Amino acid sequence: MSFDRIREKLTILADAAKYDVSCASSGGKRANTKKGLGNNTGMGICHSYTEDGRCVSLLKILLTNHCIFDCAYCVTRKSNDIKRAAFKIQEVVDLTINFYRRNYIEGLFLSSGIFKNSDYTMERLIAVAKKLRLEENFNGYIHLKSIPGASNELMREAGLYADRLSVNIEIPTISGLKLLAPDKKHEDFIKPMKKVKNEIIQYKTERKLIKSTPKYAPAGQSTQMIIGATGESDRDIMRSATYYYKEFNMRRVYYSGYIPITTDNRLPSIQTEVPILRENRLYQTDWLLRFYGFSVHELLNDQHKNLELDIDPKLSWALRNMEMFPIDINRADKNMIARVPGIGMQSVTKILQARRFRKLDWSHLKAIGISLNRSKYFITCNSNNFFHKDMSPLNLKNLIMKTSKSKHDKYFTNQLSLFP
Amino acid sequence: MNPQTILIYDGSFDGFLSSVFIIYEQKIVYPVIRRQQEMNNQLFTISETVYTDKIKAKRVWRGIKNKTSKSQQKIIFSAFLSEIKGVENTLFSYLKNMFKEEHSKLIDYSNKDILKISQVAKMVGREKHRMEAFVRFKKTKDDIFVATIEPDFNVLPLLINHFQDRYADQKWLIYDVKRAYGIFYNLHKVEIITLDFFSKQNTTVAKEHYTSDELEFQYLWKTYFDNVNIKSRKNAKLHIQHLPRRYWKYLIEKNNI
Repeated sequence: MSFDRIREKLTILADAAKYDVSCASSGGKRANTKKGLGNNTGMGICHSYTEDGRCVSLLKILLTNHCIFDCAYCVTRKSNDIKRAAFKIQEVVDLTINFYRRNYIEGLFLSSGIFKNSDYTMERLIAVAKKLRLEENFNGYIHLKSIPGASNELMREAGLYADRLSVNIEIPTISGLKLLAPDKKHEDFIKPMKKVKNEIIQYKTERKLIKSTPKYAPAGQSTQMIIGATGESDRDIMRSATYYYKEFNMRRVYYSGYIPITTDNRLPSIQTEVPILRENRLYQTDWLLRFYGFSVHELLNDQHKNLELDIDPKLSWALRNMEMFPIDINRADKNMIARVPGIGMQSVTKILQARRFRKLDWSHLKAIGISLNRSKYFITCNSNNFFHKDMSPLNLKNLIMKTSKSKHDKYFTNQLSLFP
Repeated sequence: MNPQTILIYDGSFDGFLSSVFIIYEQKIVYPVIRRQQEMNNQLFTISETVYTDKIKAKRVWRGIKNKTSKSQQKIIFSAFLSEIKGVENTLFSYLKNMFKEEHSKLIDYSNKDILKISQVAKMVGREKHRMEAFVRFKKTKDDIFVATIEPDFNVLPLLINHFQDRYADQKWLIYDVKRAYGIFYNLHKVEIITLDFFSKQNTTVAKEHYTSDELEFQYLWKTYFDNVNIKSRKNAKLHIQHLPRRYWKYLIEKNNI
């Protein structure tokens, strides 16, 4: 192959694919059979990190950036005047295999602009995955984009070769979608999601009966939403995310702060900063919902439509529910310990094991590694030192913020400058 | 004052286990286990050289196995591979505690030695995981994929399974330049080898040994790496946090080719 031409295509098609946040290579298991190439242990590996601090785990590219749609938020939209390119199927296969053999990547994440129509595009994505699996005996990770509007038959086939499938709903609300992507219909996004979900359930049940049933998308589905493009509240976003987690058994919902790429009066202006901190708070909320036993209305509701940016959502919740604290670290149940600000799930496990041997005091908790500067106001332990104070939530918040250092301090320097 | 007994061993895991055996056999009260390379003379001490004895080591390991779960055994071995000065003694205290207690699935994280060992094991585990990520193979003319590394801890023994499972159809070599040994997979099994080819001055495969398209793929990888970056999200601190400078030397994407 001509390496110069490939390099040019890679430049264009990697650049166009980078706004897709997902780079996960975890969650699916695939053994290396018959001494082939690659495996997938279920643990993802980030092989490198870009200068923006994001993980590089997969070769993430578009098959082509030709597109018949004109979605305002997308760089590949039809009306955008950019260089276009398209990979041949064999070129993607060769790149993937050669990168993988050198331990650069965990696998391939292949997406595409929509050329001709949905099915034609989806067929080509599947052809790459099929070739990798059947001709190259490749057992690494494959993530395919489900093209909105693709037929059920194609979605069924895609899951036989891919570990993960995803459709990006991009805009969290239906009204926002109408405004920014007039050619796309909400149902077109939902259709492949539903099909994949049902296939996963069906294959799983069949596998229980017949062990040789092939795996169908073992790493499940994911989706992505753009944050801060259409003025939606955090409550809208998280409600929408919860809906996708519940309704389609999503493994992950990704939140992507809107990066201004175009001057379009429907969108925030080109100077707008990427809402990185807001994105971070949304991910924290997502984790609280999935791993810490919170439900969405506890964190976001009609009174609190948006997350506080200066403190994390768990602390924010605890300050609103002071009557539930302090809790006794040596007696409280797992769920309650998990709700204490500054205690993560790994520390919860350690505390539960350690307290079977002896009553824990502050020094034990510190050694285990919980963040005492937040948690100490919400717990008691085997000690006469007592930090829980009869303070108003606002005063406690100020006290915590004054005595702790946050990596996000730079965003709040204007507050500090009031007291020079 | 009770004098300490310093047990000097060869640095191998079997050597360490042999030392543990001797402490119990000779009922040594104040033992200090030390690697040969770390020897320094101290006043008022008795020192004894431990000869690595596979049979003794096996007996101690069997004792450990009877008292621990698989994951605890992994913690013990990983912590040993950290090569941190004095880790042998924390490990010995850990083992002493373990031999004393009933076999339990629970871990007493409120005991400082136990907590320390599990933290050290975690550090080693992280380094192992980093090496699984940061190894960059270069294909040579004789069809071997070669990578050189300088990990903080002696993690090569922990890497064998991962790379053997993953790259079952290609010959590969991962060489620890700092510790001067490597693991080589010959399509059948993994062997431990030492080479004169690499040294502290000569840490990577020279270009003239590359297969014809090796450089092209390195360029392509660098092109890819540069183009997935989003400039408006630049975050140097996070970048360094995930990709500490000491690893850059062996990363193709962080060097000029």
